Amino acid sequence: MDYNFAYLDEQTKRMIRRAILKGLAIPGYQVPFSSREMPMPYGWGTGGVQVSASILTPEDRLKVIDQGADDTTNAVSIRKFFEKTAKIPTTENTEEATVIQTRHRIPEQPLMDSQILVYQVPIPEPLRFLEPRESETRKMHALQEYGLMHVKLYEDISINGAIATSYAYPVKVEDRYVMDPSPIPKFDNPKMEMEAVQLFGAGREQRIYALPPFTKVRSLDFEDYPFEPSKADYKCNLCGSDSSYLDEVIIDDKGGRMFVCSDTDYCQKMIAKHGEVSKPDNQRALP
Amino acid sequence: MYVAVKGGEKAIDNAHAWLSELRRGDENVLELSVDQIREQLSLAVNRVMSEGSLFDPDLAALAIKQSRGDLIEAIFLIRAYRTTLPRFGYSAPINTDSMQCTRRISATFKDIPGGQILGPTFDYTHRLLDFKLAAEGNRTKAQSQKTEAKSTPHITEFLNKEGLIQTENDDGSDPPDLTREPLEIPANRAIRLQALSRSDEGFLLGLAYSTQRGYARNHAFVGELRIGICSVEMDIPELGFSIEIGEIEVTECETVNQFVGSKKEPPQFTRGYGLVFGQTERKAISMALVDRAMRWKELGEENKNAPAQDAEFVLYHCDNIQATGFLEHIKLPHYVDFQSEIELVRKLRKAADQNKKQEGK
Repeated sequence: MDYNFAYLDEQTKRMIRRAILKGLAIPGYQVPFSSREMPMPYGWGTGGVQVSASILTPEDRLKVIDQGADDTTNAVSIRKFFEKTAKIPTTENTEEATVIQTRHRIPEQPLMDSQILVYQVPIPEPLRFLEPRESETRKMHALQEYGLMHVKLYEDISINGAIATSYAYPVKVEDRYVMDPSPIPKFDNPKMEMEAVQLFGAGREQRIYALPPFTKVRSLDFEDYPFEPSKADYKCNLCGSDSSYLDEVIIDDKGGRMFVCSDTDYCQKMIAKHGEVSKPDNQRALP
Repeated sequence: MYVAVKGGEKAIDNAHAWLSELRRGDENVLELSVDQIREQLSLAVNRVMSEGSLFDPDLAALAIKQSRGDLIEAIFLIRAYRTTLPRFGYSAPINTDSMQCTRRISATFKDIPGGQILGPTFDYTHRLLDFKLAAEGNRTKAQSQKTEAKSTPHITEFLNKEGLIQTENDDGSDPPDLTREPLEIPANRAIRLQALSRSDEGFLLGLAYSTQRGYARNHAFVGELRIGICSVEMDIPELGFSIEIGEIEVTECETVNQFVGSKKEPPQFTRGYGLVFGQTERKAISMALVDRAMRWKELGEENKNAPAQDAEFVLYHCDNIQATGFLEHIKLPHYVDFQSEIELVRKLRKAADQNKKQEGK
């Protein structure tokens, strides 16, 4: 059976492109759109897939990552979906890609103005866990009523001594909308002020939002408790990078562990450039 | 030495092959045909069609076979397929007055014009396992009798003649389409009914049951439950008139509920409405009860903060494809987020430890 280019019919793509344009015109604002049922489950990135399907052209080269890696099962599955339905070339090389669909990470290598980064978003509403009703949170955004969020961050500090959010750390866009950056680690938040267009698709929740290039994106914080991006305090055991975000991997049943780049393409490029770190100096016991 | 997570592609291929083998089961047992599923598991087919929002018994049967009998998975297959279908237009509203009923009962009146038809129901069967069915199969033939096609009036309309039940008003506007517009709250009744009709049977049953047990109780009687075939007509602009494009089986339930009244308005019964593809009466009755519960505002009732009264809560959580997707997605990799949580907890623990030590000094 032959499907339309990139699965969705042209009418649906038009509807989604309109939502994207509206999102770009109002950075950080969640635009409702009529999400379709896709052949992968809600929660598997149907929002990102619909956004990608609507912006892809036959000339594009697509990269799909999940947890920073090209070879995690769901990234493989989504890449295959577009290979099959759009018959476009794909790549694992960040530089070569024109469209990058991601779940939970921003690539380490800075993106360029010729690229588009598409995020898969589970819960687009940053206020959701403070107020479960959509009818209320939409009002709060309209009125810029973000006091509840600041109280939450303040309570975090008073209870834990620090803001106890490590991923999906809320940001404020162009001093107007509080936005959920999707569940990326807060380490990635500062990268969101970038050259590339960023599009966010939440399929189940039927929302699209967007950041045009160089949009001002600030992580919420307080003057005396400034935002701190954080990562494991080690170097990658494979490539030796001390600036990339690391995954912790358990390597034996005695509690041994190692740290490796979550961005597999970046890690491989570092290895190609500098060689693999053979005797890593960072396999010391954890404090 | 650790090798970066590779082999996702091969793992997926192998998993699919294994799944396919298990779907077939023991090859010494005859393979199920789609026709067998359509004919012999027709109530499962009905559920898949109604929650999949697509009336096609053959495709629903195929989906059941492909999903190994997991009906939510089958519904999902149908929904995904539905996305690829072009929308030619909208049919005229079906007329359930002219339904060819295979079942029609009223719990409010002993005898009704058009008669009660018990139809093919489990209602008065004794739930004893029929071992004969395992040994010899099912060979019972029911008696048949010729009937003439005639219109069957709705029972609630008899009540309406006396003004005993509120009149449903058609404001003449085109109903919005839940599958073509994003759900926004507050949702009008047309959208609510669309959502309920495709909602998860179990979720809806539980909510309806909660209203019976006192969470916004509204004293429902089944005014009428009818199951049968309705013709579907569509206006063809080139022809200038509407033509019949097919037939569908539906279950319709109208409940007669709690009356409302005031000093000015004499008391009147109110209604709940359910309409679902196929013979799906548990779902249709549940739908009518929940529909009625969500009408509290329009009927001037008190908000008792009961789950079934809360349209936003019900509509955002009744779709099993949305629910199962989001629920099950937590088994996808979350290494990165979990890593950032570990780092944070380690950091907070370290700080707490230091505080403890200082206090100890």
